[in-house]
Amino acid sequence: MTGFLGGLLTGREKGHRHADAPPDAPVVALRHADVGYGDRAVLTGADFTLRRGEVVALVGPNGAGKTTLVRGVLGLARVLGGDVELFGVPADRFKERWRIGYVPQRNSVGGAVPSTVEEVVGSGRLARRPVLSRTSAHDREVVDDAITTVGLADRRRAPVATLSGGQQRRVLIARALASEPEVLVMDEPTAGVDAASQASLVRTLQRLVAQGLTLLIVTHEVAPLADVLTRVVVVEDGRIARDSRRPGGVP
Amino acid sequence: MNVLILDYPFMQRALLAALLVGVTAPAVGIYLVQRRLALIGDGIGHVALTGVALGVLTGRAPVLTALVLAVAGATAIELIRAYGRASADIALAVMFYGGIAGGVLLIGLSPTGTPANLSAYLFGAITTTSDQDVWVFAALSVAVLGLMAVLAPRLFAVSNDEEYARASGMNVLALNTLLAVLTAATVVISMRIVGLLLISALMIIPNAVGQAVAGSFRGTLLTAIVVGVGVSVAGTTVSFYADTPSGATIVLLAIGVFLVAAAGGAARTAVHQRRRHVRAHDHEHGPGCGHEALVHGDHVDYVHDGFRHAPHGADYDEH
Repeated sequence: MTGFLGGLLTGREKGHRHADAPPDAPVVALRHADVGYGDRAVLTGADFTLRRGEVVALVGPNGAGKTTLVRGVLGLARVLGGDVELFGVPADRFKERWRIGYVPQRNSVGGAVPSTVEEVVGSGRLARRPVLSRTSAHDREVVDDAITTVGLADRRRAPVATLSGGQQRRVLIARALASEPEVLVMDEPTAGVDAASQASLVRTLQRLVAQGLTLLIVTHEVAPLADVLTRVVVVEDGRIARDSRRPGGVP
Repeated sequence: MNVLILDYPFMQRALLAALLVGVTAPAVGIYLVQRRLALIGDGIGHVALTGVALGVLTGRAPVLTALVLAVAGATAIELIRAYGRASADIALAVMFYGGIAGGVLLIGLSPTGTPANLSAYLFGAITTTSDQDVWVFAALSVAVLGLMAVLAPRLFAVSNDEEYARASGMNVLALNTLLAVLTAATVVISMRIVGLLLISALMIIPNAVGQAVAGSFRGTLLTAIVVGVGVSVAGTTVSFYADTPSGATIVLLAIGVFLVAAAGGAARTAVHQRRRHVRAHDHEHGPGCGHEALVHGDHVDYVHDGFRHAPHGADYDEH
C-alpha cells in the first residue's frame, strides 16, 4: 500500500480542469429515458441529472438497471425512448467520448499477449488522438501522470499480468484518466477489494474530485465511499426509486 | 553441396515470398492471439481454398480468386460476430467445412484438376511461386504492413478491451473487419510457401515464442517477427535441400523454436524462484524453528519452501 500512497503524494497537482464551464452545469441528463439492448428496455422512464463536480453513487439490486444506465451514458447500451444528453448533446450524436472516462468492473487487464502498464494506460490516450497522429511528448506526459496518480510509477514497465488484482484495477483507472476526462464512470470499484485498498481508492477519488472531476459510480456498497459521495441514487426494477443528497439517507 | 540456391530463379521467388510471409503473418497474428481468435486464420485459409479451386476451374490466377474469397469470408465472419444470431463459433465451423467442401467440389468439376492438385496449395511448395505471385504478394505485404503501422495503437486497444474501445468512441466494427481483411490478405500471401492449411501456424506460433520470452506487447511483436522471418526463410531453404514440402518444414521449425523458448522460459522461472528463495534466507534452522524436520543419515534436514536445508552453524547446505 505504501507504493499507492507514495504515488498519491507525488501525483500532479492540478486546478479545476474546466473552470470556464458553469460550476453546476449538467454533464449527463436523462429525461424520461428508456435504455436497453436490442429492442428491450432494461431501464424505463428514468429522470436523472449529473452535474459538474458531483460524486454520485448508483445503488440497487442486481439486474435493477444501474449498469444499464451507465452503459447508456457510455454508448454501450441503446437509448430506446426519451432523451439522454451528454454535455448538452444528444447521446447518439455525441462524439467527444474522451470527456467520459470508463473504469469497467474487471479484476484483470489485457488479453493473451503480455502488455505493460504503460502500454495499457497508453491505449486510454487514443480517444484524444487523431488516427494518423504519432504519440507526442504531451501524450507521454499525460500517460505518465495517470500512472503516477494511481501509484504505479515504479511498475510502469511491468507486464500487467504480474500485478495483483488491486493493482490491475488501478491500471484501469489510470487508463481512463489518460484521456483527461471530465467525468469518470466506475463500475463496482470497491467489489472484491480489501479495506486498505478501498481506503486508498477513496483518497485517490477525493484527489480527482479536488481536480474538478465528476464521478458516477455503480456500487453495491455505499459505506466505503461515504467520505467522497455527494449523492446516492437508488435504482430498482428498471426505475429510479430514490434520489438522496446524503449518503446517510439511504437504508 | 556446391549448388547455390539463389542461382535458381524459382528459389529467388520462393525466398522473397518466404521473407514477406515471415514478416506479415506474425504482425497480423499477434492481434488474433490477443483476441483469443487464433483459429480465425484457419477458417479464412479454408475459404481461400474454394477461391483457389474457382481459379483453377475458370482458368484465372488462383492467387487472385483466393484473395477475393478470403476477403469475403473474413468480412462475413466479422459481420456475423457483430450482428448475427448464430454464434461466431458455429459460423467459423461452417467456414471450415464449407471452404474445404467447396474447394474439393470445384476442383473435381475442373477438367484439368483433381483433388490431388490441391496438395501444393494446402501444404506449400517452393516451386510454385510465379513472377506474378511475387508482385501480388509484395503489393499485399506493403499494404498490410502500412496499415498495421498506422493503426497498431488502435488495433491493440480493440484487441485488448473491445468494450472499452467502444466506450472511447472507436469504430470497433470497422477495426475488427479491417483486421479480418488483413488476415485474409496474409493468408493469400502465405498460400504458395506455407500453404492454406498451415498458414495459421505462422500467425500464431511465432507470437507464442514472443509470449514466452517478452514482457511487453511490443517485445512480443518484435520477437515474433524475428522468429517468423527466421523460420520461413530457413524452412524454405531446408525444403530445397531436403526436398520436403515447404509449409510443413517451416511449421515444424517454428514449433521447434517454440519448444526451446518454452523450456527456456520455464528454466528461467525456476532459477528466479531459486534465487529469490536463497536471498530470502535470513533464518537459522534448528529444533522448533517452524520448518518440518527430516532425519537424513547423520543429520537433520529442514524442509524450507520445498528445499531440504541441512544447517551448519548459521549457514546451510541444500540436500
